[in-house]
Amino acid sequence: MTIADQVTGSTIAGTANPAETKPRAAAPAISLPAIGERELRLDLFRGLALWLIFIDHLPPSLLTWFTIRNYGFSDATEIFIFISGYTAAFVYGRAMLESGFVIATARILRRVWQIYVAHVFLFTIFLAEISYVATSFENPLYTEEMGIMDFLKQPDVTIVQALLLRFRPVNMDVLPLYIVLMLALPVILWSMKWKPDLTLALSTVLYAVTWEWDLYLSAYPNGFWAFNPFAWQLLFVFGAWCALGGARRMSRILASRVTMWIAIAYIVASFYVTLTWYAPRVPHLMPKLLEQWMYPIDKTNLDVLRFTHFLALAALTVRFLPRDWPGLKSPWLRPLILCGSHSLEIFCLGVFLAFAGHFILAEVSGGAAMHALISLSGVLIMWGVAWVISWYKRVADKSGAKTKNAVGNADLAGGG
Amino acid sequence: MKAKVLLSLILLCGGLAAPPARAGDAAPAASAAPPACELPSYLLTSESQLPKVAEAVKSGKPLEVLVIGSGSTRIPASEDASYPARMQAILKDKLPPAEAVHVSVEIQSKKTAEEAAATFVKLMEAKRPTLVIWQTGTVDAIRAIDPDDFRGAVTEGVAALQKAGADVVLMNLQYSPRTETMISVPPYLDNMRVVAQEHDIPLFDRFAIMRQWNDQGQFDLFSPSRGPELAKQVHDCLGRALAQFVFDAAHLGPAQQQN
Repeated sequence: MTIADQVTGSTIAGTANPAETKPRAAAPAISLPAIGERELRLDLFRGLALWLIFIDHLPPSLLTWFTIRNYGFSDATEIFIFISGYTAAFVYGRAMLESGFVIATARILRRVWQIYVAHVFLFTIFLAEISYVATSFENPLYTEEMGIMDFLKQPDVTIVQALLLRFRPVNMDVLPLYIVLMLALPVILWSMKWKPDLTLALSTVLYAVTWEWDLYLSAYPNGFWAFNPFAWQLLFVFGAWCALGGARRMSRILASRVTMWIAIAYIVASFYVTLTWYAPRVPHLMPKLLEQWMYPIDKTNLDVLRFTHFLALAALTVRFLPRDWPGLKSPWLRPLILCGSHSLEIFCLGVFLAFAGHFILAEVSGGAAMHALISLSGVLIMWGVAWVISWYKRVADKSGAKTKNAVGNADLAGGG
Repeated sequence: MKAKVLLSLILLCGGLAAPPARAGDAAPAASAAPPACELPSYLLTSESQLPKVAEAVKSGKPLEVLVIGSGSTRIPASEDASYPARMQAILKDKLPPAEAVHVSVEIQSKKTAEEAAATFVKLMEAKRPTLVIWQTGTVDAIRAIDPDDFRGAVTEGVAALQKAGADVVLMNLQYSPRTETMISVPPYLDNMRVVAQEHDIPLFDRFAIMRQWNDQGQFDLFSPSRGPELAKQVHDCLGRALAQFVFDAAHLGPAQQQN
């Protein structure tokens, strides 16, 4: 990694770092890495989440069966938001300790602005695509579906609503959620610095209140945000809490065999439930009462079942994939780690590539071979671009700013 | 340690065996159906039943079917090729000649499930059908109606139809690959499935059926063609599939089929 290599020469943390005086750094499970050192597992899984989000945004194909949403309740979005909370708290939390609340807030706002611009850029591409389809596609089978083009009749309203984040086309819901969460980050961090557990408790209360009183943000032309920030903040704050020492305090729970077996049992049970959705031949042995209690599993408000499924996955991952696992340095995982470490750019690229993939499938051919080719080249392009960005940053860092190391790296801050 | 990592990987992707369970049980839709209409049998069967349809056919009463739909229930300028008309023809073929079958269509274009459901009491008083096939969801998806509100509206609509004494079949959205990046369909499909499960009524999965045809190459649903041919063929197959589905859910066995 660019920065890590310059500062420490090695990214393997090994056991506790003797130079590290902060007590929270010696955690056996997840711990704060020494300054400038990347937690490769975070990059790895965020990269994985980015690839999975890209594949999930393409029309279903054979590859879709490899994405985790088919094997349990939660999907790549949970991984992405949790890791984003973790890394954002890690970097900006340190900035807040070192430079104070105002400076840290200013840096967070700059990051928010970057994400906002990225969102508007993606919206422009979407407008171009939808306008093209509206003018070239008149199959009488789909007269009704073409009603979606009605908003083109009043672009003034639509574009202003898009700038207000109230009009969000399909697949463009994650960045607005992320913008809102990052806007709240200064307050979250300030409160975390003061009383981390209380902050997490407050976040849980907000989550519960959201469910009880049905809080939501409205959208245009009607409806509401597809990812409710009042609910999803729980995952983000939980990530931040873990980054600021929570993970260390949980390490005994994470290491216990009981936790492991509960997690495994839960994951297997949720796998069975998902199996009944996709494989209608599997006999429905689900008791009616359980079905009524369980359904619908609400993604908008981050259903408790989804949250706990993510926790179970995370617990097993932390247990079986230690941070000094040599495989993290293997060239086979390099592409994932590279993508994960430039997540804002790669996320936007992924959304764009999914648009482009749909377009090619529609215009050229829709066969399975073409589909596989598009998925594969999409992933390769994401890898290539991540490599170029990483190369550019290395060059830019060498030629200039030694100061950059001191302030940290925005990408480490959890990118998009 | 390596073994542990391997174990966790196996756990994570443990279910790759799932897809094969889904494929490979193709059955012809109807004996006389063109090969393009072929579908796996699980898309044409339901665990829920249609007792009133079964009763009407058994006792030789006329079978009055009402299709309540939105824009995608009809083909502009070719009404008699739309799926309700095709279903009527197929049902007449399959049932004993003495059995009177009549399919009427109520188009509620540009109406959400809630707006459509508000008309049901009057509609049912006027038509008194044995079976209602309610096709909905598209307008709600286009307007991004809150999925919870949508589920509430479908629940109310189904309850009103059942209260008026009819069997109900729910029909979900079309598979429309061209607008996939613009309309978010999954929440509406899921909620319709939930309502169908809760009320124990058959759900005709038009979305999965059309996607099956597209994926298997029977129809190219990406086609930008302006002519009505593709729409006519798809509706013909949908009508056949729907007739077969109703037959199965009402347990009108081969004894009643006159093929």
